Amino acid sequence: MRWVRGHLVTIAALLVMCYMLLPNVIVIAFSFNQPKGNYNYEWQRFSLDAWTNPCGTPGMCDALGLSLRIGLVATLVATIFGTMVAFAIGRHRFRGRSSTNLLIFLPMATPEVVMGSMLLTLFIAMGIAPGTITILIAHILFCLSFVVVTVKARIASLDPRLEQAAADLFANPLQTFVRVTLPLVAPGIAAGALLAFSLSFDDYIITNFNASPSSVTFPMFVWGAAQRGTPVQINVIGTVMFLTALALVAAGQLISNRRARGAAA
Amino acid sequence: MPDRTSGDLRLAGVTKTYDAFTAVDQLDLVIPRGSFFALLGPSGCGKTTTLRMVAGLDQPTIGQIWIGDRDITETKAYERNVNTVFQSYALFPHLSVIDNVAFGLRRRKVSNYKAKAMEALDLVQLAHIARKKPGQLSGGMQQRVALARAVVNRPDVLLLDEPLGALDLKLRRQMQIELKRIQCEVGLTFVHVTHDQEEAMTMADTIAVMNAGRLEQVGDPATLYEHPRSTFVANFLGQSNLLEATVTSLAGMTADLDVHGVNLRLPLDRLANGASSVWLGVRPEKLRLVLPGSTDVGGGAGNRLSGVVTDASFTGLATNYLVRLPWGQELMVVQQNDGMPRAASGEHVTLDWAPEHGFALDADQDAHAGAQDRADDSGAT
Amino acid sequence: MEVTVVPPPRPARRSYTPYLLLLPGLAWLVVFFVVPTLSLASQSLQTGDVDNGYVQTWHVQTYLDALSRYWPHFLRSIAFAGTATVLTLLLAYPLAYFMTQKAGKWKNFLLVLVIAPFFTSFLIRTLAWQTILTDNGPVAELARSTHVTDALQWMRLTSNDSLMNSRFAVICGLTYNFLPFMILPLYASLDRLDHHLVEASGDLYATPVQTFWKVTWPLSLPGVVGGTLLTFIPAAGDYINSRLLGNTQTVMIGQVIDSEFLRVQDYPTAAALSFVLMFVIVLIVAVYVRRAGTEELI
Repeated sequence: MRWVRGHLVTIAALLVMCYMLLPNVIVIAFSFNQPKGNYNYEWQRFSLDAWTNPCGTPGMCDALGLSLRIGLVATLVATIFGTMVAFAIGRHRFRGRSSTNLLIFLPMATPEVVMGSMLLTLFIAMGIAPGTITILIAHILFCLSFVVVTVKARIASLDPRLEQAAADLFANPLQTFVRVTLPLVAPGIAAGALLAFSLSFDDYIITNFNASPSSVTFPMFVWGAAQRGTPVQINVIGTVMFLTALALVAAGQLISNRRARGAAA
Repeated sequence: MPDRTSGDLRLAGVTKTYDAFTAVDQLDLVIPRGSFFALLGPSGCGKTTTLRMVAGLDQPTIGQIWIGDRDITETKAYERNVNTVFQSYALFPHLSVIDNVAFGLRRRKVSNYKAKAMEALDLVQLAHIARKKPGQLSGGMQQRVALARAVVNRPDVLLLDEPLGALDLKLRRQMQIELKRIQCEVGLTFVHVTHDQEEAMTMADTIAVMNAGRLEQVGDPATLYEHPRSTFVANFLGQSNLLEATVTSLAGMTADLDVHGVNLRLPLDRLANGASSVWLGVRPEKLRLVLPGSTDVGGGAGNRLSGVVTDASFTGLATNYLVRLPWGQELMVVQQNDGMPRAASGEHVTLDWAPEHGFALDADQDAHAGAQDRADDSGAT
Repeated sequence: MEVTVVPPPRPARRSYTPYLLLLPGLAWLVVFFVVPTLSLASQSLQTGDVDNGYVQTWHVQTYLDALSRYWPHFLRSIAFAGTATVLTLLLAYPLAYFMTQKAGKWKNFLLVLVIAPFFTSFLIRTLAWQTILTDNGPVAELARSTHVTDALQWMRLTSNDSLMNSRFAVICGLTYNFLPFMILPLYASLDRLDHHLVEASGDLYATPVQTFWKVTWPLSLPGVVGGTLLTFIPAAGDYINSRLLGNTQTVMIGQVIDSEFLRVQDYPTAAALSFVLMFVIVLIVAVYVRRAGTEELI
């Protein structure tokens, strides 16, 4: 009993960890299921059918492809624009700096329903039909703020004396930026890009507002499937995503650990 | 490599103000080429600001900076032939040691930068860690890499911003000798900023003492120490005992001074013309403690004061005494551990010193200037 | 030495760099966020319908109508979001504390485990809860046999003895989905906690509980506030959890706005509801931040 009391926090922490990972475990487990009906709630028997035929469900792989394409483009644009803004705010004094900060923060504070409906209103007023382009525009919008915040945090932790040292050693402003600032901010930019991609790939609400029947993204497909019937292939994709995410995040940690050992100056 | 029109570093009327605050006030200074020069002063005296202006990292509000016959005031930092060893070393964490050292050479498109960088690392005896990253090095090693990174460019002026501050005592002493050796070997002009007066005196050929943005005194260590021209310098460099004195007569080569009824003597050339009220200064190590009953009477030409020992601290190397004089003032006395008997607290003693070891300072000055600063200075710039 | 000619103080040079850097990002935000917000505002004060077009009539009645019809949904959303936020705080704090103070070399591994699920499809994971809470599953069985289901039924959280399609399921889902948003800020805040402060507190006769309340908790407040905001704000507008895991009694305001826009196509009402939602959230956040005293967070 005393052992329990002394380790209360540990036990609580591990329980929470289980709570967090349980759905993922279920997703992985049920990707090996062969359900009786349309829905994948109850375990019937073990089967590798879904894994051997991942694109068997009509429309899923197309949706997956669209989500990946939109994700990549949105990430690219949002990362570039966002990094530029982060440098402007983080490294320069200018009038309206605090208002700009507020403007960047607002989209993050806006509920997705509201953001989605705002954009729909705008597109209707501008006469642009909902579709892939509108989805892309919306994704870039909400990814932008997150990239700015992430990169800004990294810039803030940069020691300004390193850039002074570079100037002291004959590097002009461009060389200083390319050889010193950028390599040191890179992990922040990478984190921002990763965040943007996952936000874009996973978005349902805003996408739904601004999509058309011909532009079905993966989350929209899953939503539809939840109404009609959940094919096991969805779990396969979910498992692959989880394992990829695990691998990427673990790799990121390893890289930053190695950098940290070399950067404890 | 940089063109060889290098010459003396000259600061002319350099002033730096931030809104209402003046960090550096009308500084006129000449730093001879090839010398080891120290800028010494307490935190906030403007020495680091001055250094940054020479490096080009800050711009003077008024004034000019010259190297030889070139005015570099408007030149950008990355275009000047001046390199800095930063207080925090500022080594690039994402580059290896050798890439750090070669950084400046590569920006200048020097052809055999690799070999030159290795040469610089040899100079600081760190060739064996060329491939390591700064994060893997100890403080002392990082400091030497920072030095190599600056020296390798053979700048007209090498600036050092309290580079030894973060090192422990033993390492610091080692590095002081190292720096001096390297400076001699390479022949560059070193400008060393520090708050540690012992460090400045050990390493520098010339010291400029700064206080509140102004120069107090410039000279070689011995002159500054034995002939301070202000109470600040007297108290900041080592310690000084300052006695209120009035000039009673000037005869021949000596002046007579009255200190609370006691007649003390001072060589005339140590007294400013027309001075009547002065601080008579004498360093603790110049005072000889004479115990009662001692047969050592000394010559009649010496200055004598009697007092009571209020504190005696044996440090091994010496004994530090505090002696209270009849009018309440306490004098600091440092007696080398030469085997002579030591005095204990409460004993009546006589202090004896040669008149030529005294110095006189204008009575208008604050007797405590410089003393408090040293006591509070914990290493911040 | 020659006489020094003192040049006049140099004027500070205006740099255009920040403005150029800001241009693309800010322009995007202005066109696709600020303008739509204004457009939405104006839309909420129009009357008409999709077929006949809309007229700007400054018809404030829309707001009142919408509120009177849907105030239960607003209340429900706030209640659900609030409950979920409190629950996430209760769950996240021990985990974050454990990770930063007690995990040692496992810290990074645990961090990976916390972040990785966040990057996998939110919909798929929420669907998994349908499996977890299904009536014939082990969890439901366990809950029934330990009378937890009865307790929840008494609290009117379940529906017909079923854990699934109930308020309980919705809150479960909301808590689960926003847990990382609470964990990460808490982690960042607790990571910076100086262990020596805890030791000093013990040295000054404080019991572990007192140390927590007087030292650890106050110092972790910025993380608590950050996490709370990051959880409450999206949760209030969410409807995926209530759609997938709830029933007709658990309809949240987000669903209402969605259906008003896309199904009913009553744009003025939908716009009015959006603004009320925004306003309510901003109000709650402002009061909360003011009370917590951490305005500088934003």
